[in-house]
Amino acid sequence: MRRLIMRQMTDNQSGTISAIKVSGELGRRIRDMGLVPGTEVMIQGRAPLYDPVALRLKGFTLTLRNNEAEHIEVEV
Amino acid sequence: MEATVALGGNPNSGKTTLFNALTGARQHVGNYPGVTVEKKEGTYAHNGCKMHIVDLPGTYSLTAYSVEERVARDFLVMEKPEVVIDIVDASNLERNLYLTVQLLEMGIPTCIALNMMDVAKSRGLEIDVEKLSALLSVPVAPIIARTGQGKRELMDKAARVAEKKGETTPLVVSYGSDLDQAILQMQREIEERRFLTDIHPSRWIAIKYLEKDEQILAKGRETNLSLATWLERTVEKVSVHLQQTLDTYPEAMIADYRYGHIRSVLKQDVIRETYDKDRVQTSDKIDKVLTNRFLGPIIMLLVLMGLYQFTFTYSEIPLGWFEAFFGWLGDAASAILPDGLLKSLIVSGIIDGVGGVLGFVPLIMFMFLGIALLEDSGYLARVAFMLDRVFMIFGLHGSSVMAYIVSGGIAGGCAVPGVMAARTLRSPRERLATLLTAPFMNCGAKLPVFALLIAAFFAENEALMMFILTLVAWSGALIVAKLLRLTIIRGEATPFVMELPPYRLPTFRGLMIHTWERTWHYIKKAGTVILGISVILWALMTFPGLPDSEVQHFESERDLVEAAASPAVIQEPESADKEAELSADASALKEKLAAINTEEAETALRHSIAGRIGTALESVSYLAGFDWRTNIALVGGFAAKEVVVSTLGTAYSLGEVDPEENESLAQRLASSPNWNPQKAISLIIFTIFYAPCLVTVVCIAKEAGSWKWGAFSMTFNTALAFGLSVLAYQIGSLI
Repeated sequence: MRRLIMRQMTDNQSGTISAIKVSGELGRRIRDMGLVPGTEVMIQGRAPLYDPVALRLKGFTLTLRNNEAEHIEVEV
Repeated sequence: MEATVALGGNPNSGKTTLFNALTGARQHVGNYPGVTVEKKEGTYAHNGCKMHIVDLPGTYSLTAYSVEERVARDFLVMEKPEVVIDIVDASNLERNLYLTVQLLEMGIPTCIALNMMDVAKSRGLEIDVEKLSALLSVPVAPIIARTGQGKRELMDKAARVAEKKGETTPLVVSYGSDLDQAILQMQREIEERRFLTDIHPSRWIAIKYLEKDEQILAKGRETNLSLATWLERTVEKVSVHLQQTLDTYPEAMIADYRYGHIRSVLKQDVIRETYDKDRVQTSDKIDKVLTNRFLGPIIMLLVLMGLYQFTFTYSEIPLGWFEAFFGWLGDAASAILPDGLLKSLIVSGIIDGVGGVLGFVPLIMFMFLGIALLEDSGYLARVAFMLDRVFMIFGLHGSSVMAYIVSGGIAGGCAVPGVMAARTLRSPRERLATLLTAPFMNCGAKLPVFALLIAAFFAENEALMMFILTLVAWSGALIVAKLLRLTIIRGEATPFVMELPPYRLPTFRGLMIHTWERTWHYIKKAGTVILGISVILWALMTFPGLPDSEVQHFESERDLVEAAASPAVIQEPESADKEAELSADASALKEKLAAINTEEAETALRHSIAGRIGTALESVSYLAGFDWRTNIALVGGFAAKEVVVSTLGTAYSLGEVDPEENESLAQRLASSPNWNPQKAISLIIFTIFYAPCLVTVVCIAKEAGSWKWGAFSMTFNTALAFGLSVLAYQIGSLI
């Protein structure tokens, strides 16, 4: 098991969220969408300019900006 | 019986589709009081029960962060609907139930509509509806909103919930021993002092305190300051404890446990997956191509160009009908009404003014249809995804691109639907910045001005000039957006966190309703205010009329010309067919008379209030190289930019000028000693940046929720335009 910041994950890599290190509005939005510890995610790809990033989780696709993915820790 | 039924659910869960299926054409679109969130209402008759259906904004949660969430929650709390139908996407159950759990915790009478059962099935998901209903203790009805399947059974169940008249016990979710203990402690105090318990369940209030819900916190302080302070302090203590022991916050923990609760429900054999979990879904396959690093942008460009082609090609024909109709109306009114002020008011003021606005309707309709198609299919979210990186630099959002493009980002759009397209943006600050800068784009009405000036002064580089002007508009809009985001709309970027909904084939009905709704909005908004302003502008350009001595002077000139001609020649134009060619004498006479008429028009225009304003402005506008004629044209252009060219025509004594065929005016300008390329550039720049046309200003005010922003865009844009024009003109004159 290795802990990574989601931003550093490569395309098609999957992992399990271990922590969300942000509070306030951003933290709440992230959690509301189902990004909570224990959730399995897969990096589906990135936009043509490498930002935002598209993730697959719980059967749907979510996009986040890189600076938002910075706050998410994933075990791979 | 009558009942109010609220429709709640996640965005993209099929809420609007269900709403349309239930209410059909019996809907009414308005706004929630004080905000620009759309409120759709309709009725549905069910077994003699009249159900008043209210579509709540789509939300993922019921915190009070976004306007949509606040509106939805306030509606549920204040209006107390008899039942909430919570639309849940069966193919995306876990996340959708997050909102459901929050509704149940609030103790709101709920009925679940389990939508997209067909999609779930095709993905190999089997859902035990009975079990889900039993575990959550709410009725669940499987439906397929697209086809209307299961609609009756759903409404049966909803009606039964409504009959119980709000006898529901709030759901209790466990949040772990630390929080549960704190909640119980807080709950006791809240109940004892009846703290807000007339509107909310006590446990829910305690949870909201732990979540630091600003709305509840503020309400609490107003109600009972000492208890509110105690509650806040209690939360602070738990919060510190959690951070020290578990390195987390109460609100994070609450979200974790809510999702945990949902997972525990689903694990009890509610959901069964029959296919391989890692099977790539069709939608993902499409995305592999459409958001591909190289192909994606190319396809996007083609799609956007296609939208343009579609809109402008197909709206041309009905646009012609509208134009012809208003032309006919104007002619008919001219023929019936006696000459005089009333005729001038009705024909030039009302019919031309309102016609000018309503004439856009077909264009707007096609544009909205195109946008609805992109939106409903899910492609618009991909466009926002691909372009976000660029727009983020300027403090905007990927979705801003649509508003820009529709406004004329590809030259020839219209700012009115553009401003309205900014609705798809959910981030308030980004949206306001988009609204205010979209009108800088080169809309179709600015093009005749460019065409005229380019033809007159830069004829050899037409295409290049047009391209440069497009770049000028884009860079201007983006830079101003950045400036606004650094100053008056300052603030951190709203989190981008956006769902990419699966691609779906839009329903015909949905598209039609979507398109018509927005078009009707436009007609109503523009039609009412514009009438008043058209009349005012007409008055400005008409009053005061020429003094009698002047009128007589022109009259006698005409008489003089006519006296010089033989009676036969005077008769000729009136008696002859329109087709027949006039004799040389007669056409010479006609030309002379026309020359006198246009000179009279010019003199009258200069004499009018608008003319005086134009002349007065000359003392400042000379800095940018504009004389009084240009000033009047620009003042008139405030009504609609199309007016600029035709007013210039009047001011330069050319009589009626068709904006499409302005060659003679171009020649006239090119040879005029008053004009030079610097002035042309200055005028072009001014036209790009100055106050948006009236309809756009009205739309900005409505969409931004305040007339303040309408007034701002008028003054700020004009000041900016003037500054840039002066700069361009002065530098140009030096070189």
